[in-house]
Order: sequence, then structure tokens, then C-alpha cells
Amino acid sequence: MRNPHRTQKIAFFFLFLATLLIVIPVGLIVVIIIQKGLPAINWQFLSDIPRQGMRAGGIFPAIVGTVYLVIGAIIFALPIGLLAAIYLSEYSKDNLLTRLIKLAIVNLAGVPSVVYGLFGLALFVVFFKFGASILSGSLTLGIMILPVIITTSREALESVPYSFREVSLSLGASKWQTIRHIVLPNAIPGILTGTILGLGRAAGETAPILFTVAAFYLPRLPDSVFDQAMALPYHLYVISTQVPNVDEKVRYGTALVLLALVLFMNLVAIIIRYKFRKKKKW
Amino acid sequence: MVKFNIKDLNIWFGSMHAIKQVSIKIQANEILSVIGPSNSGKTSFLRILNRLNDLNQNFRMTGSVKLEQENIQSIDTELLRKRIGMVFALPLPLPLSIFENVAYGVRMHGEKNKKILGKIVEESLKESYLWEEVKDRLSESAFKLSGGQQQRLCIARTLAVQPEVILFDEPCSGLDPISTAKVEDAMVKLKQKYTIVLVTNNVKQAARVGDRTAFFLSGELIELDKTDKIFTAPQDKRTEDYIRGKFG
Amino acid sequence: MRKFKEFIIEKLILICGLASIFFVVLIFLFLLKEGLEVFKGITPFKFLFGKSWYPISEPPQLGILPLILGSLLVTVGAAIISIPIGVGCAIYIAEIAPLKIKETLKAGIELLAAIPSVVLGFIGMVTLVPLVKNVFHLPTGLTALSGSIMLAFMAMPTIVSIAEDALYSVPKTYKEGALALGATQWQTIWRVMLPAASSGILAAVMLGIGRVIGETMAVMMITGNAAVIPNSILAPVRTLTATIAAEMGEAVVGAEHYFALFAIGIVLFVISFAINVTADLFLHKRQ
Repeated sequence: MRNPHRTQKIAFFFLFLATLLIVIPVGLIVVIIIQKGLPAINWQFLSDIPRQGMRAGGIFPAIVGTVYLVIGAIIFALPIGLLAAIYLSEYSKDNLLTRLIKLAIVNLAGVPSVVYGLFGLALFVVFFKFGASILSGSLTLGIMILPVIITTSREALESVPYSFREVSLSLGASKWQTIRHIVLPNAIPGILTGTILGLGRAAGETAPILFTVAAFYLPRLPDSVFDQAMALPYHLYVISTQVPNVDEKVRYGTALVLLALVLFMNLVAIIIRYKFRKKKKW
Repeated sequence: MVKFNIKDLNIWFGSMHAIKQVSIKIQANEILSVIGPSNSGKTSFLRILNRLNDLNQNFRMTGSVKLEQENIQSIDTELLRKRIGMVFALPLPLPLSIFENVAYGVRMHGEKNKKILGKIVEESLKESYLWEEVKDRLSESAFKLSGGQQQRLCIARTLAVQPEVILFDEPCSGLDPISTAKVEDAMVKLKQKYTIVLVTNNVKQAARVGDRTAFFLSGELIELDKTDKIFTAPQDKRTEDYIRGKFG
Repeated sequence: MRKFKEFIIEKLILICGLASIFFVVLIFLFLLKEGLEVFKGITPFKFLFGKSWYPISEPPQLGILPLILGSLLVTVGAAIISIPIGVGCAIYIAEIAPLKIKETLKAGIELLAAIPSVVLGFIGMVTLVPLVKNVFHLPTGLTALSGSIMLAFMAMPTIVSIAEDALYSVPKTYKEGALALGATQWQTIWRVMLPAASSGILAAVMLGIGRVIGETMAVMMITGNAAVIPNSILAPVRTLTATIAAEMGEAVVGAEHYFALFAIGIVLFVISFAINVTADLFLHKRQ
């Protein structure tokens, strides 16, 4: 008979190995990018326009473009996402419609990012004639991050104890007053977390902006929402694959800036979540 | 004067028949105690009076409930709940300051004047015998109060909107004897101005504060009479058994 | 007045509540609007099973079989790598890891989920691609295998977190019962926990695969982009997603090529829809 304890030892060893196979490369990736990207980072790199066909100079327009896109996306997605979350958490009944909405959210979250790009191209760029512009890109990214915002906001709203709602209603407050004065204020940290995670997602995506906004090379700042713009992830793609003889340092530097931006947002979200959990009063 | 006139009331939650054919008249300025084992339908009965059951999707009812001649189904729920206050089983302060907890209902009904709000808060806290203990720390979080204080805060919060009726849903179930005594004290004094319906698991509490007592079992009203009569000479064997502690 | 304001707000909430359905339908309709045009020139059968993808030859040949097979090959490769490792990692985190390490591991996995795919693609280009090239003595490391490894890696956060959730939500009594009967921890995991969590784990795997099929940038950067029917996992391939991303920039709006790329979008949308609906069913079965 096999010894069950030896079997267990072997099994646990392999499970541990599997975990290492994921976690070690993650660590390595971050370390490599920081190590090789850091030498490229200086004030000029962050504040200058790209020069010599993107082989020198800085990435300022790409940073600005990404910031614009992300802000645009959130202006669009936050109100809709938040109200949708309120609907699901406060108003929806346990029926077919609710089931359909939830299914739609799951599907929105699962649609490949490049399909969002196609959709943005067909609807905003071509049909609405916004052209390849910050507006088209922001709207496309906004729809893409909608599921993240809805799901996290809804969790935040639902974590507010039901009894608070009953108390508020029992005092004669209306349903909306209850949501506005009791539920929302106590869900803000969670909503904020979701919003920032959505922002991070929007900042890092490339495929949705490929045909809706991104300029291959635009060494100036965009001057309106109808203007094209460079964006960090697309810029990294371009200098990695489309432009020959780019100094490796520039590529790593760009990757580092993008990674730092995205991770910074995630870190902020995690800190908010952590602080909120500690402070929770009920 | 009859405050509430409840006739042939039946309630269902889904397929569960929670209240069966109950008719009760509740007099103005009395304390009506409602006793019975858990799941006897007494809380469901209480939550009929301010239509809080309506929040449950599976809730259905038949029969009529009238507040001073007017069917409560035809009264706007916000106005109804302003007239019918409720104090819950556990102290449930809102995550606001002590002041804002008491002022909350009044604010929601449109009062914005700081002076008036301050006056209402003070009066309500005095009425619930909490003022002396909290007057210097009104801006602190309500969660910093003790359980008994929190429950009296909840009473003050209910009083602030100037209701006609106050529903107490096992208000002392989470409290120590001293806090319980203070809450009971408050209740008896409130009787002068308000009609009180008290649901309680604590038979002795019903005996102490109730003018009349109703005994519920499995959704049925078994017996309703003057409190001392219920406790000294109950008509129904089941009432007697329950009061004597044979089941619960 | 207040009542009127609240009436408006509540209607607005309802409308936004329906927004998700609206957008899913809108996406599908616009894909159809542009994509179905292509079938004026080519039958759906020829489109799906045509062996050549030469969109800019005259006349264009728009058979997407090489792309479907490219996606399939990369996806199968990624699944073979990611399922055992991902589920293994989920088991380790959910059942074995000490509490402190657990949080660190989870943070590490979340970190991976946050890294933009273009960054992973870039890292893959400079590390993984040369590695594959040297190990297998290939003329180029831009192969289906490189793509599979990278995508397996990218599917991990999805697989691990959902599978871990599934294991976590198995009632404690199951585990305690098995342990009380004298089973070892591993026997409990293998005979009790895994079967009990199986539908959730299945959903995790499906959603992971969904992520793999939809992934665009990284796969475009490291699979070599040769739109031919692949004969080996060590050959360059071109996936459905990469084709859209790489060619839409050059396609002329309104041309057959443009419509064909949208038709590929329909295929991707349908695949991801099917995967997500099925995975959702599995997740709900668990509850």
C-alpha cells in the first residue's frame, strides 16, 4: 500500500512549485523593468516630446494622452456605472431582467479588448464621425471599464448593512434619501477603489485605442477632444515593434513609466480598501 | 379613541403564512404588549403597522389596517412612517454623529434651520433621558455610546420626527438589566404623549409596562386582554403555558 | 417638488441599470452592421473554412481558417500549461499556504492581473522569445509556443482567483468531516474539496481560456504573425485578435478587407459570449 503521507508530501511539493512558477516570473518582470528602465528615467524623458523618430527625446505627449483618455473614460463610465450599481443593489428585484443585466455585465467584462476597438471604430469614429480622437477613445475605454465599476460599486453598496436602510426608511425618509444620505456615503471607499481599478485598466489597454484615437507619432500635445493623441501603451507597442533601432533603454523606460502608472493606481486602491476595512464601524 | 383598527389581517411571505386572520384594535395612548415565542408572527405584525414589510419582495397581505379611519395602504409611506416611529431590536445608530442621528429624520422631512434642529435634538434627547449623558459630545460618533445609550439614542431619533405611535421591536433584547430598566422607564413616560406597541420576548417586561397584552402563537392571536388579567387569569391554556415558561 | 426630483433620479437609475444590456446589444449590432457586409462577396462557409488569408491581393482571399487554427493552437497550448499550474496554485493558496504567505501570494497574483498586456508583450519579446529560439534552435523565437507560454501566464490571475473562490466556498463541514474520518489533508483536497468545487473550477478554467482567446497585444507581439495554417507549435502563427489589431490600421473604411475584419470580430464576440454564458451557468450552479 502507498504511504498516504508520502503522497501528500509529493502533491504539496508540486502545488508549491506551481505557485512559484507564477509568482517568481511576476517578481522577475517587475524587477527587470525597474532595473533596466530606471536609467532611462530623467526629467527630460518625462517632459520632452519624442525626437528623431521616437528614438530619442521623451514621452511627454504619450503620458498626457493617456491621462486625457483615462479622465475621459471615467467621466463617462463613473456616473453610468454608479447608477447601474445603485439599480442592482437597491432597486432590482430577483427576476429575469436582473438576471439579464448581470449576464450582460459578465459579457461586457469578457468581450475581447480588440472587439471594443472595432466597436469604437464603427460607432464613434465612423458612425458618429468623431474621427480618431480622444473623444472616441475615451468613450470606447469608458464602456470597456463599465463592468469593473459596476461590479465593485455594487459590492460596496451591498456591504452597507441592510438595517441602516430599514432605519432610515422607518424614520420616513424616502428611498432615494436613504440611498443618498446613508448608503452612498458609507460605500464611497469601495466605489473609489473600483473606480481607480477601472482607471488602471483603462490606462494600460492598447487594443481599444488602436483605431479609435492613437497617433503613431504626434510630437505635440492634443488641443481638443477631437484631436488624435499618443498614448503610453500604444507608444510602447510602436517603439517595440514598429520602429527599428530604438535604444533598449527607451523601451524599458516607457514600459516602466506605464507599469508604474498602473501599479500606482492599484496601490492607491488597495490602500483605500485596507484603511476602510480597518475603520469600518459596524 | 381607537388608533389602529386591524381587521382580518393575513400575511404571507412567499408560501409562509405568517399572520392568520388577526383582528385587533389598538387604543390611543396605551402600551400594547405583544408576546409570543419566536416565529409567532409578532414582529411581522408590528412591521405591518409602518408598512416595513413592503420592503420584502415576497410579502403579500389581505385584510384592512386603518390608522384613525384611514386605510394605511392609501397613506403615502413616507408620511405614514413619519407618524409611526419604530425602535428596532438591536441598537441601530446610523453611522453619523449623535446629533445627526437624532436630526436625521427631521432633516429628511425638509427642516434645514440649524436652530430649530438643535432645539428638536435637545428636546428629543431629554425625552429619552439621554441628554445629560451626551450633551457635551453631540458631534461624536454614535457608535461610541454604550449599548443602552445607543438604544435610547434610537428612541430619541424616533421621537424627533414627532410620531403619533411608536413601535418597539424587542427593544431590550441586547441590553443589560440596568439599561433595560432605563429604556422601560422611558417607555412608560412616553405613554402620555404616544401610543406604544411593544413586541417583546421578555414576558416579565410585558407584565411591567403593558396596559394590555396580546399573545401570538404560530401567526394566530390567541388572547388579548388587560395585562394583569392575562398574567393572573388567562383564558386560554396555551397562554398560561407560555407565561409560566412551559414553552418559548 | 422633491418627489418630482426623486422620480427623475429613479428613472435615471433604471436607465443606467439597463445600460449594460444596451451596450452589449449595441456592440453586437455594430459588429453585425459592418461585418455582415463581407458576406455579399463570400459565403460564410468559405469565410470560416477558406484556407488562405490574403486580404490585399486582387481579388482578396478572405478565408480565416489559418487564423482560427492559429488562435486554437495558441489557446490549446496555453490551456495545457495554465490549467494544472493555475489550479495547483489555487489549491496551494486556498488550502495549504500559511495565512501570512497567502496574502502575499494573492497580492502577487493581483499584481500580475494589473500589468498591462503590452508590457507583458514587450517583456515576452525581450526575454521569452530569445529563450524559445535558443532552446529549440529555431530561426525565430516568434512562435505559437512563445504565445502559449505568455498567454498561459496571462490567464493565471483569472484561473487562480476564481478557482480559489470556488475552493473557499466549499462548506467547512465537508473538510472537517473528511479530516475527522482520518483522511490526510491531501486526500481531503483530492477526494472532497476538488469534486465539491469542480463546477467553480471549471468556470475558472473557462474564463481563463476566454481571456486567452481575447488577448491581443501580447500575442501580436510574440507569435510572429504569419497567417498560414500552422504545422507545428514551433512555427509562427497569427491569431484572430492579432489579425484585427494588425490590419485594421491599413484597411480602408468600407472596403471588403475592413468588413472582413469586423466579421472576425463577430466570431470573437460569439466565442466570448458562449464562454461567458457557460461559465456563468457553472458559477451559478455552485451557489
